[in-house]
Amino acid sequence: MDLQTITYLVVGATFALYIGIAIWAKAATTGEFYIAGRGVHPVLNGMATAADWMSAASFISMAGLIAFKGFDASVYLMGWTGGYVLLAMLLAPYLRKFGKFTVPEFIGERYYSQTARLVAVFCLIVASITYVIGQMKGVGVAFSRFLEVDFQTGVMVGMGIVFIYAVLGGMKGITYTQIAQYVVLIFAYTIPAIFISLQLTGNPIPQLGLGSTMADGSGTYLLDKLDLVVTDLGFGAYTEKKGSTLDMALLTLSLMIGTAGLPHVIIRFFTVPKVRDARSSAGWALVFIAILYTTAPAVGAMARLNLTNTIQAGPLGDANANLVYEQRPAWFSNWEKTGLLKFEDKNGDGRIQYYNDKNKDFAARVEAFGWKGNEMTKIDNDIMVLANPEIAGLPNWVIALVAAGGLAAALSTAAGLLLAISSSISHDLLKGVFMPDISEKNELMAGRIAMAGAIAVAGWLGMNPPGFAAQVVALAFGLAASSIFPALMMGIFNKRANRAGAIWGMLSGLLFTLIYIFWFKGWFFVPGTEMAANKPENWLLGISPESIGAVGALINFLVAYAVSKITAEPPEYIQHLVEDIRVPKGAGAATSH
Amino acid sequence: MSDQRAQYWQANIRLVGILLTIWFVVSYLFGIILAEPLNAIHIGGYKLGFWFAQQGSIYIFLVLIYVYASKMNKLDRQFDVHED
Repeated sequence: MDLQTITYLVVGATFALYIGIAIWAKAATTGEFYIAGRGVHPVLNGMATAADWMSAASFISMAGLIAFKGFDASVYLMGWTGGYVLLAMLLAPYLRKFGKFTVPEFIGERYYSQTARLVAVFCLIVASITYVIGQMKGVGVAFSRFLEVDFQTGVMVGMGIVFIYAVLGGMKGITYTQIAQYVVLIFAYTIPAIFISLQLTGNPIPQLGLGSTMADGSGTYLLDKLDLVVTDLGFGAYTEKKGSTLDMALLTLSLMIGTAGLPHVIIRFFTVPKVRDARSSAGWALVFIAILYTTAPAVGAMARLNLTNTIQAGPLGDANANLVYEQRPAWFSNWEKTGLLKFEDKNGDGRIQYYNDKNKDFAARVEAFGWKGNEMTKIDNDIMVLANPEIAGLPNWVIALVAAGGLAAALSTAAGLLLAISSSISHDLLKGVFMPDISEKNELMAGRIAMAGAIAVAGWLGMNPPGFAAQVVALAFGLAASSIFPALMMGIFNKRANRAGAIWGMLSGLLFTLIYIFWFKGWFFVPGTEMAANKPENWLLGISPESIGAVGALINFLVAYAVSKITAEPPEYIQHLVEDIRVPKGAGAATSH
Repeated sequence: MSDQRAQYWQANIRLVGILLTIWFVVSYLFGIILAEPLNAIHIGGYKLGFWFAQQGSIYIFLVLIYVYASKMNKLDRQFDVHED
């Protein structure tokens, strides 16, 4: 059977499974739509949280960034796991004790203010939509490859599928579906990694293979070999730090506190039966996430090594060492069709030269070989994970499985986020503020309309995304970090934090971060409206738009603290409420209002 | 706040403080700030700074949450603030 048929079969089978589960567990009441009945076991909840959490950014995009940025991409690994430590220790148990459905509900009640609740809804929608844009980029990459169409068409197909999928079920349907999706995506991620690790190092465990010697009998460590291969082509050493320490630290911080501020993750901890389950659920979620996150560095390094060795098959300067374009492998021409991989024969020799022509000394040196610039004019980092098993020559069923896994990751997260968006509009905005008498049926309908709107906006922006999927998602984390996290944390740890402090804090943190991002990425991410080119010389203190959320969060904390200090302290009953959420005793079921 | 609850809260803050210090050290300090000097040390094929940044920090995060959850469950009982 050819690759495309197998891919259709595998992807089709997994979709049938998810949709079957969604129908079987269809949400009947609003309570079930937003949070699954409280009968979800912490281990299963952890698995569903992991699927919800690991999106196209983790599955499709992250290892590709690691492959091309090497050490510097560690920020994504640490940032997207370390946030769970904060979540477990600073938020989850207290929010569970508080026992409400949504994050804006907590903020509205803790800060005794509808305005605070509205501001929280606004922050949440901005962060979630940005996040969905990143997913659309990932879905577009996956669909364009396996339907063999261009990227734009891939995004449009993806929008349709996400819509059908997300509108079908609420949280209850999604929780069980997500457990299935976790299983699919983790197999899809680890199986090719095991194969490739075996091929390259003889060690089946990728985490160990990455630290092992090459299986070619040379006795060289894989990472040393990779450093050698990439520096030979003028790139920076893979295992060495190249970026600025400040920017890396802030990006890590931004991703960590963004994790702890994202509504679709926090909402998960409302669904566990007890406060102590909220603590352990965060741990279980991280166990399931860590399986992928500790494999990703091996995937990235091995993909880079295989890619480079495919194109530059022998020593530098040997005319026969470079891959002949006409003899390029099938994966190469297939990815060319998507427009995400481009080759230009600059020196007209019919062979491919892939090297770092921005390294002036190196470029001058290789001119002697007749090289006239890097001929791989575009390698979209987001294609690496999907292309990786093909580059390594793995069997077709493995390649099909990876496509199914990538789609599972993107769909599960998009569904969770869209649910968070729709619940904040229908539940917090309409029912909570503007139309308290709205019927359950109309509330669900409003939620679905909100989902459709969010998909349309995100899909349209996803066609010209403001970065690779993981980078777009990083922006979303920055926005969540700068707005939601400080308000939640102050609400629990500072009894003196009051209404005015929270509102001004959230607004100043969010607006600062949003304007900084738009400044370099274009207003509302519309291409061509940037105020300044997005490069380090233009950035404030060398801080990239992806990292600025950490600064926004700091501003939020400072403003909230200062404003709370000079305005009236919160009423007595709020101070009691804060004391009460600090102890597990007396936690009831999650309720609305 | 009753005395007992205040003590429980203090014990909680102390525990979280210790665990978050470790969290900071393994990621920001070992994985970013001190990564270059640590890279001079090799463990198998891994440079140490690289290992902390791409593997070690994640394993340690897991241990931190495990320690937190089990210690807190003990504290809950010790201060009689546990559920049921």
